[in-house]
Amino acid sequence: MIEALLLLTQILTITLRAGTSLIYAAVGEIYTERSGILNLGLEGMMLTGAVTAFATAFYTGSPWLGVLVAMGIGMIMAAIHAFLTVTMRANQVVSGLSITLFGTGLASFLGERLGPASNNGNLVGMVGPRFGPLEIPVLSQVPLVGALFKQDILTYLLYALVPLAVYYLYKTRNGLNLRAVGEDPQTADAMGIDVTRTRYLYTILGGMLAGFGGAHLSLAYAPGWTENITGGRGWIAIALVIFAMWDPARAVLGAILFGGINAVQFRLQASGTTIPAAYLNMLPYLMTILVLVIMTWWENLSHRIGAPAALGKAYMREEK
Amino acid sequence: MNAESSPTPILEMRGITKHFPGVMANDHADLELYPGEVLALLGENGAGKSTLMNVLVGLYRPDEGEIYVRGQRVEIHSPRDAATLGIGMVHQNFMLVPTMTVAENIILGMTDLPFAPRMDEVARRIREISQRYNLEVDPNAYIWQLSVGEQQRVEILKLLYRGAEILILDEPTAVLTPQESHELGRIIKRMTDEGKSAIFITHKMEEVMEFSQWVRVMQAGKVVAVKKTAETNPQELARLMVGREVLFRLEKDACTPGDVILELRDVSADNDKGLPALRGVSFSIHGGEILGIAGVAGNGQRELAEVVTGLRKVTQGKILINGQERTNKSPLEIIQSGVSHIPADRIGMGVVGDMAVADNIAMKGYRQPPLTEHGILHPRRILELARRMIETFRIATPSPQTHIKFLSGGNIQKAILAREIDACAGLLVAVYPSRGLDVGATEAVRRRLLEQRDAGRAVLLISEDLEELLTIADRIAVLFEGRVMGILPADTADIETLGLMMAGAHESKE
Repeated sequence: MIEALLLLTQILTITLRAGTSLIYAAVGEIYTERSGILNLGLEGMMLTGAVTAFATAFYTGSPWLGVLVAMGIGMIMAAIHAFLTVTMRANQVVSGLSITLFGTGLASFLGERLGPASNNGNLVGMVGPRFGPLEIPVLSQVPLVGALFKQDILTYLLYALVPLAVYYLYKTRNGLNLRAVGEDPQTADAMGIDVTRTRYLYTILGGMLAGFGGAHLSLAYAPGWTENITGGRGWIAIALVIFAMWDPARAVLGAILFGGINAVQFRLQASGTTIPAAYLNMLPYLMTILVLVIMTWWENLSHRIGAPAALGKAYMREEK
Repeated sequence: MNAESSPTPILEMRGITKHFPGVMANDHADLELYPGEVLALLGENGAGKSTLMNVLVGLYRPDEGEIYVRGQRVEIHSPRDAATLGIGMVHQNFMLVPTMTVAENIILGMTDLPFAPRMDEVARRIREISQRYNLEVDPNAYIWQLSVGEQQRVEILKLLYRGAEILILDEPTAVLTPQESHELGRIIKRMTDEGKSAIFITHKMEEVMEFSQWVRVMQAGKVVAVKKTAETNPQELARLMVGREVLFRLEKDACTPGDVILELRDVSADNDKGLPALRGVSFSIHGGEILGIAGVAGNGQRELAEVVTGLRKVTQGKILINGQERTNKSPLEIIQSGVSHIPADRIGMGVVGDMAVADNIAMKGYRQPPLTEHGILHPRRILELARRMIETFRIATPSPQTHIKFLSGGNIQKAILAREIDACAGLLVAVYPSRGLDVGATEAVRRRLLEQRDAGRAVLLISEDLEELLTIADRIAVLFEGRVMGILPADTADIETLGLMMAGAHESKE
C-alpha cells in the first residue's frame, strides 16, 4: 500500500517536471492566439531557447542568465513573426512554419558551434549548471501532494504564473481588451483599442514564454544539450491550446495529462516491460492526436467553438 | 432649439474629402450640428454618408478637410480621440463582441476604469442609465443571446456610459420593427432634451420628418442640399436624394412583348441570417421586355437575383422559366435553361481575378463544343472567341492573356457582359450593372441591355439608380422589405412616386 503511494507520488513528480515546459509554451500561445495571431513557430522558438539557455549557463555559470537569454531570443523570433503577420499581413501559417524551420536549423547549428574547442565546438555531452529539485521540508514528504513540492524553481514559478494568467485574462481591463481583439478586431478598433499594438505585445509575450519553456528543458528537465531536445513539444503545446479551449487553467490539465503519459511510459521502460520502447515512445504523440480528434468532434457536436473568431486573420482598418 | 437661438454649432466639418481606390467617397462635404438638435443625413447607398461619419469618429483619415468641435479645431486620429471629444457612433453593423456580456462590451476599451474593474459595479451603473433613458437590457446577458433591437440598445448604452454628447446613428431603424423604431424616436427625444445632439443617417423620408430638425442631402460624396425639416417635404427630399438631372437619353423603341419567359409565383426566401428576405413576390417578364426592380438596398434585391439564378433556396412559391418549373434547381441547371447572370459583386462573383481575360470570357461556353471536345479544351478557339469579344464589346485590355484583375471596373464589367450575353438564351439577370462605372462604360452597359431586349430576350434589371430604371426599363417594380409594393409602367412613373414607394409608403397607383 505504502509502496504504491510512493510510486504514485514519484510518477506525479515526474509528470509535473515533464509538463512544465509545455505549460509555459501553451500559456504563451493561448495569449498569442487570444489576440488573433496563430504562432506555429513555437517549436523553433523552444529549440533555440533551449540551446542558447544552456550555452549561456555553460559559459557564465548562471542558469538564470540562461533563462533570460532564452526569453530574449524567443521575444526576437516572435517579433519577426508579429512583423510579418501583423504589419506585412503575411499568411500566419506560412510565417509560423518558416520560423520553426529556421529555429530548428539554427538550434542544431548553434549546438555544433557554441561548444568548447576541446569538444570540437560541440555542445552535446557538456555538463553545465542547472536548476536542481528543491525539496520543501515537511510538505514534500506528504504522500501524493508532496509531488508538488519536489520541483525545480522554474516549476514553482508556474504556481504563480498560471493563476496570474487566468486572472489577467478574465478579470482585468487589459484581458478584456485582448479577448476582444482576437474575437472581433473591428469592434475592438472602434472601441479605441490599438489592435496592432495588442497583437505585437501578446505575440512577443508568447515567444518569451516559449523561450522560457525551452530553457526549462535544457536547464532542468534534461540538463544539457541534445539534438531535438524538445521532442516536438512545441507542436504538442499548440495542440494543448485547442484541448484547453484557449483557457490557461485547462492548459495545465492538458499538460499534466501529457506529462503523465510520459512519466508512466518512462516508468514502464525502467521496469523492463516486454513492450518495445518504440511503442511506448509513441504514446504521448498518439494521445495528442486522439485528444485533438475527440475535442474537434465534441466542439462540432456541441456547436461550441472555442477558437477566437478572428484567429489567423489579418486586420486592416480601411478595407473597403 | 434651432440655429437662430444657438448660433454656435457643437460640431462643424468643413471640406471633408476622402478617396478610396477608384471611388470619391466624400467630395468636399460640409456639416454643422447644433446642441440639442437632430441632424438627418439623407442619401442613397454609396452617397458617402457612412464614410463621412467614419471620418468623424476617427476610423477613416480624410484626405482633406477640417473638423471643429465646440468651436475648436480638432484632429481625430482614432475612435479613442473621438470618444474623448464626446463623439460616439452606433454603427450600421453593430460593434459588439458576440461572445462577451453586455457589461463587458460596454466598458470595452475604456481607460478611466480600475485595472481590474468590478463588474457588479459596472452592471449597477448600466442599470441606472437604462432606467433613466428607458433602455432596458440585462447587463449580464451575452450579446449573442439578444435580439437585434436589444443589441442596438446596448450600442446606445455604450455611448451614454462613456458620456457621449454627440451621438451618430447609422441607419438605426434599418434593423428595427416599426414599434422599435418608434421607441428609438422617444429615446432620441429624451437625449436631445438633455442637450445632447445626434446625427441620424437614413434613406427613409418619414424618419427624417419624424426625428430631425435639420436635414442634409448627400449625393455622390457631396452635400447637395441643406434644409430645415419643417420647411421641406418628403417629395422634395426624394427628388433631391435621387438627383434631378437625367443623365442619359438613350433611343428606345417601343416594347413588343413576346411570350412570358420568367414567372415568379408567390416566392419567399430567407436571407443569410435565416430571416425572411422575400415575402410572396410575384411577377412575370416577357421576351423583349426589361423589368426594372427599384428599392433601397437590403430590401430583398440580392435575394431575388439569387433565387432566380439558383444560388438561394426558395422556401415557398414557384419559379418558372420558359413555362417550365425551375424552383430550387442548381445554378448549372438554371444556366442550361438559358439564364445569364451579371452579378452585383463583379470582382467576387463575376470573374476569377487571377485568370486571363480569355479564360474568363470562356467560362460559360467551355463545357460545349467548339471550346471543348471530348473533355479537352481548345485554347486556340478560346483565344479566337476572346479576340472577337474584345473587339465587339470594346474591352480595353493589353492582351487576351492579361489577368482580368488588372482591368478597370468598367472593362471587367464589359467582359462579363460579353460572356453572359453570348451565352444568353432567354433571360438576362443584371444586378447593379452600372454601379461604380464611369459615364462611358455606363452607357455601353445600358445599350447592351437594350440590345438584348430588342433581340427578344427578357431582362431582369435590379438597380438602385432610379434614373437608369426610368431610362431603359419598360416596367418598374418597387421592392420594400421583401414585398413588391407595386409595378409601374416606366413611361408614366415619376421619381417622387417611386421614391415614396421605396420608402415603404403605400401608393395605390398600380
